[in-house]
Amino acid sequence: MSATASSADGANQNADPLLKIDGLKTWYPVRGGVLQRVRRWVRAVDGVDLEICRGQTLALVGESGCGKTTVGRSVLKLEQPRQGRILFEGTDILSLSRRAMRRYRRSIQIVFQDPNASLDPRMTVRDAVAEGLNAFRIGRTAADRTRRVGELMEMVRLDPDHMWRYPHEFSGGQKQRICIARALAVEPELLICDESVSALDVSIQAQILNLLRALQTELGLTYLFITHDLGVVGNIADQVAVMYLGQIVETGTIAQIFDAPQHPYTQALLASVPRVELDLGPPAARAIGDAPDPSDPPPGCRFHPRCPKVFEPCAVSEPNMVDISGRPCRCFLYDPAHASR
Amino acid sequence: MSWIGNLVAVALVLGALLLWRRARRSRLWREALTALRRRRPIALTVVGVFVLIALMDTVAWTGGGGAEGVAASKPRSVLDRIFSPETFREKSYSAPFARTEFIGGAALTFPRRHPLGTDLLGDDVLYKTLKGVKVALLIGGLTCLVLIPLALLFGVSSGYFGGRIDDVVFFVMSTLASIPNLLLLIALIMALGKGTLQVCFALGITGWVGLSRITRAETLKLRELEYVQAARALGVSNLKILSQHILPNLAHLVIITFALLFTGLVLSETILSYLGIGLDGSWGRMIDQARNELSRDPIIWWNIAAASTALFVLVLCVNLIADALRDILDPRTLNERK
Amino acid sequence: MSAPLLTVEDLTVSFPAGRDGNARAPVVDGISLDVSPGEVLALVGESGCGKSMTALAILRLIAKPGRIEPGSRIVFDDRDILALKVTRMRALRGAGIAMIFQEPMSSLNPVRTVGNQVTEAIRLHERVSAAAARDRATQMFKRVGIPDPAGRLAAYPHQLSGGLRQRVMIAMMLVVQPRLLIADEPTTALDVTVQAQILALLRELKDELGMAILLITHDFGVVNELADRVAVMYAGRIAERGTRSEVLGRPMHPYTQGLLRSIPRLSHRGEALAEIEGVVPSLGSWPTGCRFATRCPKVFEPCDGTVPESVVLSASHHAACHEIAQRRRTAGTPSK
Repeated sequence: MSATASSADGANQNADPLLKIDGLKTWYPVRGGVLQRVRRWVRAVDGVDLEICRGQTLALVGESGCGKTTVGRSVLKLEQPRQGRILFEGTDILSLSRRAMRRYRRSIQIVFQDPNASLDPRMTVRDAVAEGLNAFRIGRTAADRTRRVGELMEMVRLDPDHMWRYPHEFSGGQKQRICIARALAVEPELLICDESVSALDVSIQAQILNLLRALQTELGLTYLFITHDLGVVGNIADQVAVMYLGQIVETGTIAQIFDAPQHPYTQALLASVPRVELDLGPPAARAIGDAPDPSDPPPGCRFHPRCPKVFEPCAVSEPNMVDISGRPCRCFLYDPAHASR
Repeated sequence: MSWIGNLVAVALVLGALLLWRRARRSRLWREALTALRRRRPIALTVVGVFVLIALMDTVAWTGGGGAEGVAASKPRSVLDRIFSPETFREKSYSAPFARTEFIGGAALTFPRRHPLGTDLLGDDVLYKTLKGVKVALLIGGLTCLVLIPLALLFGVSSGYFGGRIDDVVFFVMSTLASIPNLLLLIALIMALGKGTLQVCFALGITGWVGLSRITRAETLKLRELEYVQAARALGVSNLKILSQHILPNLAHLVIITFALLFTGLVLSETILSYLGIGLDGSWGRMIDQARNELSRDPIIWWNIAAASTALFVLVLCVNLIADALRDILDPRTLNERK
Repeated sequence: MSAPLLTVEDLTVSFPAGRDGNARAPVVDGISLDVSPGEVLALVGESGCGKSMTALAILRLIAKPGRIEPGSRIVFDDRDILALKVTRMRALRGAGIAMIFQEPMSSLNPVRTVGNQVTEAIRLHERVSAAAARDRATQMFKRVGIPDPAGRLAAYPHQLSGGLRQRVMIAMMLVVQPRLLIADEPTTALDVTVQAQILALLRELKDELGMAILLITHDFGVVNELADRVAVMYAGRIAERGTRSEVLGRPMHPYTQGLLRSIPRLSHRGEALAEIEGVVPSLGSWPTGCRFATRCPKVFEPCDGTVPESVVLSASHHAACHEIAQRRRTAGTPSK
């Protein structure tokens, strides 16, 4: 049962989604012993289904260790998934050879979390932004490419004259803009933002979010926005998918998730977000304890040791995705097969 | 053959100039060089003088005045021509600026003209010390020419590609590191012969493990950094990533290790000389030959003093430069110098 | 309202700036604040504003080349901190004033068990036997919500999750019942669900022990959850201070207003966020006059030249802004 993230009014703008992830599993081996044999597997992504339609923003939300970053990296084939399909415009990119994949690399780009580590300290900004142009031979001469870099810098609201400077001469927010310019240089269709605003101060974060929103309208981009910050999700996303310990537990539109969350984890997440408004009621049921080690998940439902609504089947078997009022939720509470409350 | 020596000198100078020009194109390197010039002017000058002396000893040609017979057909360097060692000599020991011989007291051929005295065979000690400069620089430089590419090849490939390559390289590294260095060196030199090239080669083959470990560790770290990941996401080939991202960010490590290796190598050659397998004309040889002189009464000190002082000065200056470079080139201090 | 436990007056911390090293730039510039027993004062600001430096200064942990300028005054429990002898200061740290940090991993010694570290903290300040100290540690672990407290004493920091490590930190700091707790971004590195639990824990412990807390954070949500009073810092100075409801509900300083408007809220979805133009000026190139002048939407003549005085808006609410001062002068009556 795949989770469809279509537009809010229910009608798909395109017949096919731009990106469709089907049963993705990416596991990391944990080696040990004298012969470095594989002892266990960290099931970072354990059966994830997602869809994003063109022009939409899907937020992939979860806390540390839930595997959302791994999903992003798997889409870019920076990690090697062990199972599943990633369909970009209908083609399964996981089955492509390295050479065939190159063409798709233009269409999917990424902006990382840490602006300091995202830029080579020994390269000028111009060379960093032009890296993609060089790799795909966009622009006939170096001067062409320099001009294009200037255009890109203006697009992200930086002064093009600064392109000859080095990264350490810029602030965090400016560095992040440079990273966005670098990603946009190859004219991608899908941009993966992996915690792209998490390392920034609140006022800078607002600037970057506004910029990303403006660029989406201007260039018709599609975003996969990976974050743990629900406030950011509310601001920039159309659709939300909530992840816990390698699995999607719930998906829906912003209104659905924020106003009528179904999964206890989603509810706990929303209840735990510190709000800035003064007129707060008592907090809803929150999660207990800390997230378990992803290499040793609890038996049964992965959330059950922390769930305020745990009951009998939770510790025994893993729940599947159940469709409730048109959207999926991975919880026994809504599974008619189990005696619900 | 003199023309090989001259060719090497020209090649080295050209190589240095090319590197210089490449560095000047990048503002980072320009600033680093300026900072270095500001912090260690004396050490840089001294090392510069040493390099000049070595060059003076490299550029050589046959013919010209000043020597007769057999000596005239051998190529003589600039240094040789200045000092004319065949004629500018005494019979045996003499103290610095002395007028008479050390043993016996007979008058010298060139009284008061030997600033550092003469040795057992009557050769001018200053001349021998200056000849030793080229040998020392050769030991350090030529060996590193073998050592650094080897270390980078193994270290970077095992760090970047991991897996089987890493296992193999690690095995080789560990094996090599387990064999006592000195024994391996002696065995290699016995097998290859005692020439300069052979000794440098042997030193290079046995010495790359340390730098290799460092570059491997650094490459492992660099490989996970986001800008390398971004390059992979942009479809940049592995070779380009290695040459444009990994190697330039290893450059500071290599430069600093080079400076430290250099001094280590010069000092190990001294030890090799003690074992009789050092290079001809090196300071180590001088020190080795001077062993017995210290036990005499009165002491003959100028031979060993000259060689040791020259060694000390060179090693000290290179170490000072390396220290300064470590601060200047450290990527973390890039931010602080803003 | 009891007398303040901690009073800071005109605190200035300077660092060398510029090429020659003789010029010094203030990272913290004339800060004054006070905390009463049982109250939580939140010191809010973005990175580089000097809030962490303020905390370090109170504990006299500023390392050279930084220094606390003469003219600063810090009084804790009627004792002049800056005049204390080093041995007495050391005794005060941990016992009278405790501090928890943002990164629990780097605050805990990775080669010693957590139980070891907590018992050491106890025995450093009190004369108790090892067994008694261990008992207290176990009790404290239980109190902060660490499951299997006795067993966890033998764990090493890397074996614990981030939330547990922070709980261990809290246990370690509170086991000797300090009067003042300085918490420097205590929940920033934690997941949101764990953050909520830690904040609730801090609140409970504060009520139980009657502790005062100086909470340093950049997150207004955390401020809302825990603080009684708030002081907003910008570029080394306090821009606005007041009670929680005053600062969050009726912010007067343009910086506070801008900050609060940039926060994406769950209730306002998909809207463009109000931005504060420009970037924080870097240390050493701070403008004379009001430091926010280069980015302020209400900037006018005096802002560039003179440092704004603190305008009294109510008994507890102050803001340092020329524009507010002028508005009150022309209005003649307290305006809101």
